[in-house]
Amino acid sequence: MNSNHTLRDSILWGLGFALMIAALAMVFVYVPTEKHGGIVQRIFYFHVPVAWVAFLAFFVTFISSVLYLWKRAIKWDAVACASAEIGVIFTTLVLITGPIWAKPAWGIWWTWDARLTTSLVLWLIYVVYLLVRSLAADPARGARYGAVIGIVGFIDVPIVFLTVNLWRTQHPTTIIFEGGLTTTMLITLLVCIAAFTVLYVILVIRSAGLKTMEAEVRRLRIMKAE
Amino acid sequence: MNRAFLKIITVFWKDMLTELRTREIIISVLVFALLVLVIFSFAFSIATDMTETVAPGILWVALTFGGVIGLNRIFAVEKENACLEGLMLCPVDRAVIYWGKMAGGFTFMLAVAVVVTPVFLALFNLPIFLPRLALVIVLALVGFASVGTLFSALAVNTRARDIMLPILFLPVVVPVIVSAVKATGPVLVGGPWGDMLTWLQIMIAFDIIYLVVATLVFEFVVEE
Repeated sequence: MNSNHTLRDSILWGLGFALMIAALAMVFVYVPTEKHGGIVQRIFYFHVPVAWVAFLAFFVTFISSVLYLWKRAIKWDAVACASAEIGVIFTTLVLITGPIWAKPAWGIWWTWDARLTTSLVLWLIYVVYLLVRSLAADPARGARYGAVIGIVGFIDVPIVFLTVNLWRTQHPTTIIFEGGLTTTMLITLLVCIAAFTVLYVILVIRSAGLKTMEAEVRRLRIMKAE
Repeated sequence: MNRAFLKIITVFWKDMLTELRTREIIISVLVFALLVLVIFSFAFSIATDMTETVAPGILWVALTFGGVIGLNRIFAVEKENACLEGLMLCPVDRAVIYWGKMAGGFTFMLAVAVVVTPVFLALFNLPIFLPRLALVIVLALVGFASVGTLFSALAVNTRARDIMLPILFLPVVVPVIVSAVKATGPVLVGGPWGDMLTWLQIMIAFDIIYLVVATLVFEFVVEE
């Protein structure tokens, strides 16, 4: 690692640490308890940023997959795969924190609502993405297959959402965009989103770097064998 | 363009000829789909008044599961005797191979549906002659074939390939399954066209999007 990387890492880690502490303080101390939702509503400041990161991660996988098929540079495949792994973890967190909130708020753990169903389908698609990568006959094939699924799967998201939305929906989304949030709540949410986005960037850089190194080691081993 | 079409027909006809001589895919998928119908009627012990709410789902589970098994075979048969390499050596564009294979997969599924659907309608005491249902089936099966052919070519080169296609295919075709079930409902009860229109539009959009995307990315799946 050169000094450029070290500087970038220090800035990212410092920023991420500061934002995370700020986010925690704001969620538990600064922001008032919501009148109708009660104390459990505070999970919202975790749930929404995590969902945002999950979606961002799959979008990055999509873009990197296109770039990989186009340029064939190993780094794009590393970014795509790293981002998909992080996306799966964050989607899992979304699917766990959602029901924790839904049980007290709606009285049920799960409903086949558009956002819930889309998240679940998304989770399934990218779990299979990781599975195909690990079960492909060789890494180069795995990278190509991954890229194809990363593209095909991401294009599916809006179609699934549209379809399930017409089918049935009850998720409280519009509150955020129709000014249902007070200023303090909105600021807290934005700080949380920023904190988790920085966390995502740190994770992607680390993981993609590791994967690039793994590919390099594989290449050297093959060279040595020959 | 015309030449490309002839090439597609050639690839397609090769699959038809193999199938006519071996009867490997259609018969087994047909029996499987019929079994799904029978097992569902046991699983739900369907009362007559429930038929209209449950029946579309049963038909589509049978056609989806049958379809995925059939789609799995269209590239699995090429794996034997290195036929896939032979196919790739053909002096044609990879997209031509995709379209030929896709047409083959679609035809197999359609052949199964042509038998399964009347049997299903008779078993559940529904009206047999439903031309609108044919439209729903064609649109849904094109969607299945567009995604399924791409993933079938992908799954065939992975370990655990028999399970790989279903788990890849099913989440992606969720919009088609939902739309097909919702569009079949009004057909079975003789509802108006308006009730099915949105769902038909979604299926048409899905079909076009995935035919285009799959045509573009297919070459990356089959390259050596």
